Amino acid sequence: MTDRIDGTDRTDRIGRDALARRVAADIPDGAYVNLGIGAPTLVADHLPAGTEIILHTENGMLGMGPAPAPGEIDPDLINAGKLAVTELPGAAYFHHADSFGMMRGGHLDLCILGAFQVSQTGDLANWSTGAPDAIPAVGGAMDLAMGAKEVYVMTDLLTKSGESKLVATCTYPLTGVGCVTRVYTDRAVFDVTPEGFAVREVFGTTTLDELRQLTGLALTLVDQAAIDEEF
Amino acid sequence: MIDKTVSDPIAAVAGIADGATVMVGGFGRAGQPIELIDALIEVGASGLTIVSNNAGGGDAGLARLIAEGRVSRIICSFPRQTDSWHFDRAYREGRLELELVPQGNLAERIRAAGAGIGAFYSPTAVGTPLAEGKEHREINGRTYLLEHPIPADVALISGLRADRWGNVVYRKTSRNFGPIMATAARTTIVQVDEVVPLGTLDPEAIVTPGIFVDRVVAVGGRRWLHNGDFVGGVDLHGEPLAGATAAPSAGGDR
Repeated sequence: MTDRIDGTDRTDRIGRDALARRVAADIPDGAYVNLGIGAPTLVADHLPAGTEIILHTENGMLGMGPAPAPGEIDPDLINAGKLAVTELPGAAYFHHADSFGMMRGGHLDLCILGAFQVSQTGDLANWSTGAPDAIPAVGGAMDLAMGAKEVYVMTDLLTKSGESKLVATCTYPLTGVGCVTRVYTDRAVFDVTPEGFAVREVFGTTTLDELRQLTGLALTLVDQAAIDEEF
Repeated sequence: MIDKTVSDPIAAVAGIADGATVMVGGFGRAGQPIELIDALIEVGASGLTIVSNNAGGGDAGLARLIAEGRVSRIICSFPRQTDSWHFDRAYREGRLELELVPQGNLAERIRAAGAGIGAFYSPTAVGTPLAEGKEHREINGRTYLLEHPIPADVALISGLRADRWGNVVYRKTSRNFGPIMATAARTTIVQVDEVVPLGTLDPEAIVTPGIFVDRVVAVGGRRWLHNGDFVGGVDLHGEPLAGATAAPSAGGDR
């Protein structure tokens, strides 16, 4: 019996909250950040204490705060997932054209998105599985993918049926081309490099060989000295 | 003397013709002009083209307009949500045509229409299925798509307060598409909680200047406000929380 990694009963991966904490730890103080709908929203609960990280929501707000108490829900104050949020001191409201100008104009430092697939050249597919009977809906995903200075993906490495979400080439319809720079998964963190995916960090008992087997990709390792130099 | 106020929502939507292109403000339920949509349903216009971020949720507002069969085409970014059953049914039965537009391109195409821009190049959606059929152009080493403005016959939007000149202020994230839609329609119709005397809105805080607005109608205060102050006690749809004491109600609250 080995130690469990937080949030699951497996030793080779971490749970969603632990992953959200791991992503949050990499966001620099002072960054303007958009968190995508779903799992990336959890990152808001783990932003490092003492930092001022300003959350953008594409429906027209900077300085978004946590969810309100039930009696304090304000239907005029929601996030992009249409959930109730709060405003922090210093918050600002603006209309939709300004909000997307913040992305397209390169003012947003980082967005963190979910994914169906990420290719080794940084292509992202996260809006449609291409199923013929599906009703298409894209929202702001394509604008975020092309607009933010950095696009991180937060996702499980494997789909529910066990297929790798990291792929040589996306088979689902694309959201953006060559836009993803880093992928945080429940088993490892990957950088997108000119040589393909490079493993930056592994979680628990997971090994490089296992990751190669699970993804079917020739993964390299990020040089630890290069990581140390970033900080 | 300029007085853009009208007596009630039915008077506000008068003259919207069959086949009109109608912008509907709001992001989800926030900022959706429910009273104006209800009035539009009552006056009976049909064959409408709707421009809106979403395609309605639940059974009220835009969802009811679709359920009543008044919409033949919709231009939006995110029609599918957990409670979009009226849109889903109309779309699957082929009664409603959808033009799917990435949210930022939708906003900028509306803004361009209001600002007199002939067309513009956007990097969003390059390399995706939504780029098909669009002109591609490389500018300074980056690929862009040619995007055309979306003008409308009518815009229905929701603000917090307005004066008789049509100056409008909004509230929090219910602002969303209101200010840009107000600029892009031949006739812009705004519902507000209250019409206030000219000169009482802070000129520095006006978001939509009256030049963009044609008609203003007061529909009463939001249930979660009391004399303009937030009192809460509601769910996301503005319905009283189960077991909660009803918020104190001023005359005209809804």
